[in-house]
Amino acid sequence: MNTFITILFVVFAVYILVAAIMTVTVKNIVHAALWLISSFFTVGALYLLMEAEFIGVAQVLIYVGAVSILILFAIMLTRDLEGTQNRQMTPRWWIALIVPAALFGLLITPTVLTYQWQLPPPAPAGQSTPIAGAAQIGTAFVREYLLPFQVASVLLTVALIGAVVIAFEERERRRYVPTLAEKVRQQQRVRRPDPAASAMQSSETAGSET
Amino acid sequence: MPSMTEAVPLSWVLLLAGALFCIGLFGALSRRNTVGILLGIELMLNAVNINLVAFWRYLEPNVVAGQTFALFVVTVAAAEAAVGLAMIIAIYRSRQTVNADEVDSLRG
Repeated sequence: MNTFITILFVVFAVYILVAAIMTVTVKNIVHAALWLISSFFTVGALYLLMEAEFIGVAQVLIYVGAVSILILFAIMLTRDLEGTQNRQMTPRWWIALIVPAALFGLLITPTVLTYQWQLPPPAPAGQSTPIAGAAQIGTAFVREYLLPFQVASVLLTVALIGAVVIAFEERERRRYVPTLAEKVRQQQRVRRPDPAASAMQSSETAGSET
Repeated sequence: MPSMTEAVPLSWVLLLAGALFCIGLFGALSRRNTVGILLGIELMLNAVNINLVAFWRYLEPNVVAGQTFALFVVTVAAAEAAVGLAMIIAIYRSRQTVNADEVDSLRG
């Protein structure tokens, strides 16, 4: 049974890391978001494996359900035609690679591997260690963590109002933003002007000039 | 009752979270698309949460503080994603671009 859990953990860990690497390297930003969602989902499975069932469910609800939809909508609203053809990395991306690689290789790995954790003794045979579950979390949220809970709700309200205020555009200042399909049509027209459309365009411009 | 504390050492989980954090950091530093930068930040926040839950499960499984803190991190991450994406949409409206290199009006 322990071997099964170990294998499960290794499978989850490898998938999380592969999905994360695909998220930061893949060219198409929509594909990157989808890889990120699959990574979120596997992290939720890892929480279930660690017996944190409430956080596992919250992970699936909030990250897979809400944040990913938000990201996909933002990508949809800000899609530009040139973005998919240009390179996605900064020109000096290798510096950006050195910093995290050094952080992982020189700081995190030696620290984690050399530190002796004060692990609690394993439970006696036949008994299981007491684990705080969803009921205890609920009790804690209305007792000792009541103030942080209220502050978190205020923070969510502020973020909601702030997001609306930032993304809001007044009607007088609104101008026409072409959709992706209209942009494609425009570019095609510029690239190979077919005689009928160009004749129509020239007549249109002539009409507007007069 | 088999549990993960016996099957997997704590350092493996911490190494997984560290690697995930570094991948997210690389993504946040190297992407030109601002949405891509936000994806990297989300990866880093997830790595931190894995760390919190792992410490709770291995060191203090009968205290709720670890899980509570992880839930607050999730809350703040959701708020950050909402405001960040709203800012990206506002920037796209005024400049017609989501490329972080071209949004440099605060550059000295």
